[in-house]
Amino acid sequence: MIEVNKQGEVWVFAEQRGGKIEETPLELMSKGRELADTLKVPLAAVLLGDEVSGLTEQLARYGADKVYVAEHPLLEYYQASSYAKVVDELIHEYAPQIVLYGATPCGRDLAPRVASSVKAGLTADCTDLLIGNHEIKKTGTVYENLLFQVRPAFGGNIIATIINYDRWPQMATVREGVMPMPEPDVSRKAEVVKKTVHLSQTDLVIDIIAEHMQAKKVDLKASRVIVAGGAGVGSKDNFKLVWDLAHCLGGAPGATRAAVDLGFIDRDHQVGQTGTTVRPSLYVAIGISGAIQHQAGMADSQKIIAINNDPDAPIFGVAHYKITGDLNQVVPMMIKAIKEKV
Amino acid sequence: MGYNCVVLVKQVPDTKRVTGQAMNDDGTVNRAALPAIFNPEDLNALELALDIKDRFGGTVTVMTMGLPTATDVLRAGMFRGADQAILVTDRRCAASDTLATSYILSCGVKKLNPDIVLCGRQAIDGDTAQVGPQIAEKLDMPQITYVEDLVSLEGETIVIKRNLGNGWQEVRGQLPVLLTVLDTANEPRVPRAKRLMKCKAAKCRMEVEKAAKEDDSIDVDAVCKDLEDRGLLIRQWDLDFLEADMQWCGRDGSPTKVHRIQSVVLAAKESKDVEPTQDAVETMVHELIVDHTIG
Repeated sequence: MIEVNKQGEVWVFAEQRGGKIEETPLELMSKGRELADTLKVPLAAVLLGDEVSGLTEQLARYGADKVYVAEHPLLEYYQASSYAKVVDELIHEYAPQIVLYGATPCGRDLAPRVASSVKAGLTADCTDLLIGNHEIKKTGTVYENLLFQVRPAFGGNIIATIINYDRWPQMATVREGVMPMPEPDVSRKAEVVKKTVHLSQTDLVIDIIAEHMQAKKVDLKASRVIVAGGAGVGSKDNFKLVWDLAHCLGGAPGATRAAVDLGFIDRDHQVGQTGTTVRPSLYVAIGISGAIQHQAGMADSQKIIAINNDPDAPIFGVAHYKITGDLNQVVPMMIKAIKEKV
Repeated sequence: MGYNCVVLVKQVPDTKRVTGQAMNDDGTVNRAALPAIFNPEDLNALELALDIKDRFGGTVTVMTMGLPTATDVLRAGMFRGADQAILVTDRRCAASDTLATSYILSCGVKKLNPDIVLCGRQAIDGDTAQVGPQIAEKLDMPQITYVEDLVSLEGETIVIKRNLGNGWQEVRGQLPVLLTVLDTANEPRVPRAKRLMKCKAAKCRMEVEKAAKEDDSIDVDAVCKDLEDRGLLIRQWDLDFLEADMQWCGRDGSPTKVHRIQSVVLAAKESKDVEPTQDAVETMVHELIVDHTIG
């Protein structure tokens, strides 16, 4: 158990795969930087792997003041037991006050194992993190500068803010694509702290026999703008309108399950309860009626434009801009307007 | 021969049907206001355990932590083929977060000394996916998460196919092991009528006691003995029986606390009707550029 301390650092677990840092932890560096600055403590990245010290410069450029590097041949491939053992040792040695992980398949596998061995709190799938105070009304006790861990819960029906004030570190996994990617600063340097790793073959309890990873064709979560089409678009050919508008907005094309089932577009593009959950700056819904399963995947978008010829389409209930009209006319109007203005 | 499997299951509110009364003022969940269901991925975990029993022999035990009303999911597990059901129930479990829950459940699993522990990847009320890996750590077991298929099981060696979302992995481990199972792993079987008829009488002691309060003729000990003889007594374990250390249970054992809860209103705060004309569309695009939504 780690005692509460106010000088503890802010850590980001720098998940790497095959010598490349994953995107989500890099995104987390921007939030980590902000939290560390607010708390006036250093931001450190925690890097595990085999021969990965070449990645420390990149972590510095993305905002790390310090990089803890644990290198060992047995850390070449991620697995929960060996990685958790090393992260646990680091936490006990340096007592950070905050540890953040990407809510990736690896982060969601590792973080709870670490939380259990450190006996620390962990909040899953946060969509925001900030520093704030918590008052216990009954006693009037105020806990200052805690990590507010904001996450949707209950199938997205509520937003919960979770804290921990009596045990450190405060740990959270953070959803992919919700934090802005920081601008790398080539002039930044970081202090490198080498961690001696004590691992033996018996710590590797799992053998990876075979693996096949594929890059996603489209990264909806990382897109600031998503232009999505539904069954109302009518045909695969007509879906070109969706692609064109997405292209001129620098966004990604999305789709409803119905449009995917009709073969208009690949399943990688599906938004909604059974597809990807997105919260872009702008979501344009074209020919989408707005079933609740689709809304569950996009209603948190900051701005929503809906184009539909049915004035009673449920999608209009969540839209900021409601355009009742023929998408075949309205979409080209938008493309024209954007090309002229931007 | 065969394998002893423990399946950890959870009764969850059906989050697809949340209404305004679902939250208490203090931010906790008003479970009474929601229909309670078997957590979907726990059914997939149960199915995998039953499949292992069908193919290799052994036993399947379902265990849950909760109020006596949670016996519904234990009975549902027995209907499908579980041999034994255990309810971990104790007032001092209240307000447990995932860390405390995993501690308490790990104490329960320890009593059974199983070969394979199975749970759903995550529960739909919290979607945290934390309790499985935390139990594995507490039991010092390997964890294999995101299980999509049991490739082979021979002696003490298990081979599993994991689905990592953007790819898959085949891994080999030695028993005992903890698995967290995905909804794509299998199609859970439906209860068979014969088992349903037999097992619907299954009860835990607290349920018998409750019935006895309304009916003086019920002899609690005799009824429990009879249920036990017929394999229909749901075991009821409290924290004393589990020899749990109270500092890791309930509120004291839970580092995470709720600061605030807000409900999500699925409606746009301000909405504008835009005419389907070039001028109106241009005005809208201009607004989006001005407020930095695009551009």
